[in-house]
Amino acid sequence: MIALLKRDLRLAVRAGGGFGLGVAFFLILCALVPFGVGPDSGALRPIAPGILWLGALLACLLSLDRIFALDHEDGSLDLLATSPLPLEGAVAVKALAHWITTGLPLIVAAPLFGILLHLPGAAIPALIVSLLLGTPALSMLGAFGAAVTVGLRRGGLLLSLLVLPLYIPTLIFGTEMIRRGQEGGSIATPLLFLAGITAGTLALIPFAAAAALRINLR
Amino acid sequence: MSIWEYANPVKFMRTSGAILPWVVAGAAICTVTGLVWGFLTSDDYRQGSTVKIVFLHVPAAMMAINIWVMMLVASLIWLVRRHHVSALAAKAAAPIGAVMTVIGLITGAVWGQPMWGTWWEWDPRLTSFLILLLFYIGYIALWSAIEDPDSAADLTAVLCLVGSVFALLSRYAVLFWNQGLHQGASLSVQSGERMSAVYRYPLYLTMLGFGLLFLALLLVRTRTEIRKRRLAALQAREMRA
Repeated sequence: MIALLKRDLRLAVRAGGGFGLGVAFFLILCALVPFGVGPDSGALRPIAPGILWLGALLACLLSLDRIFALDHEDGSLDLLATSPLPLEGAVAVKALAHWITTGLPLIVAAPLFGILLHLPGAAIPALIVSLLLGTPALSMLGAFGAAVTVGLRRGGLLLSLLVLPLYIPTLIFGTEMIRRGQEGGSIATPLLFLAGITAGTLALIPFAAAAALRINLR
Repeated sequence: MSIWEYANPVKFMRTSGAILPWVVAGAAICTVTGLVWGFLTSDDYRQGSTVKIVFLHVPAAMMAINIWVMMLVASLIWLVRRHHVSALAAKAAAPIGAVMTVIGLITGAVWGQPMWGTWWEWDPRLTSFLILLLFYIGYIALWSAIEDPDSAADLTAVLCLVGSVFALLSRYAVLFWNQGLHQGASLSVQSGERMSAVYRYPLYLTMLGFGLLFLALLLVRTRTEIRKRRLAALQAREMRA
């Protein structure tokens, strides 16, 4: 499993733009929003949590097709399926690699973009914690979507149609948490919900994704 | 005699062909009678004539949710017991469910405009229905995207399972996210009757009618799917010969 993780990370780095592209996309999104709604901090502050989470969502979505598509094309996915490592484990590792290459850089960069969007300093810890808790669920659900659409030639649009509705609960609790952090309220409730969703997806989605992969590899 | 006998397509075709006219007739009678009866009731003293939208809105919304549950059950049967009729029934049900969801949303908007003063509000019930529509669309799109019918049935079944969990999760997450404008359930088993009998009985009739309507459409569509499958098999045999 560790070998697979290392391999995936190395591929992501050497193929170029593994770590950087997601963050660059995030930056562009955060830079475009003020053009759309105006530079007024009074207008930006209330929507900042939503923009940051939507940015994370879309940055995650854009890199999803890479989780399985390349391995499916060159046949290494078939090898993974026949290897002694259970396919569920392989899915979990690949989702983890996806999270390290897209989720983690986003979390590191998010406070900076929060400042760009006039997010008050008090909300920054809530922002980091919410992304830290929420993005693994995004990667996991994305791995499921990628597993379902891996055999399709033009799966990209379909992938977003399938995956984005699954992101709704995470998005709701993530933004709610930042909003409460912004207003100085208690963040415990959304935090627990978010942690629950992530724990649930980490436990159950690998089975669904592996089942979908087996069907596609048949 | 068990219900699994109908997993045999021949048996299913014979039985469904026999009962289909009766179901269609029942659906037509119940829906038309219920709607006309509902239309002829006197206006509500506060809502005026807009109250009559309820006879379309509530049955459609009810069926929209029930059809998803039916698809979930059919998907489970397909995954566990590999009955093709079950998978085809789930496939046939999805567009009906999507249309029911759209009817529920549109009639709700038409009612909401004079009553709430807005076509659309990001209310938990409305929002979760929109999310349900998204799940229907994704499900239908996945069916049409995959060429191999068995893989398509498998993948959509898995999607239906995961989607059900997340649709339910979204339903309650949305409650947390925004307080509602939509009134609570008008009909409820526990809390007694909150609706005048004048409106209740036509509503029961249209609900029954929509249930039968769904059954009729489902049978027709499933029969079409089975015939399409047979046609494809015949063509494949022709190609090989």
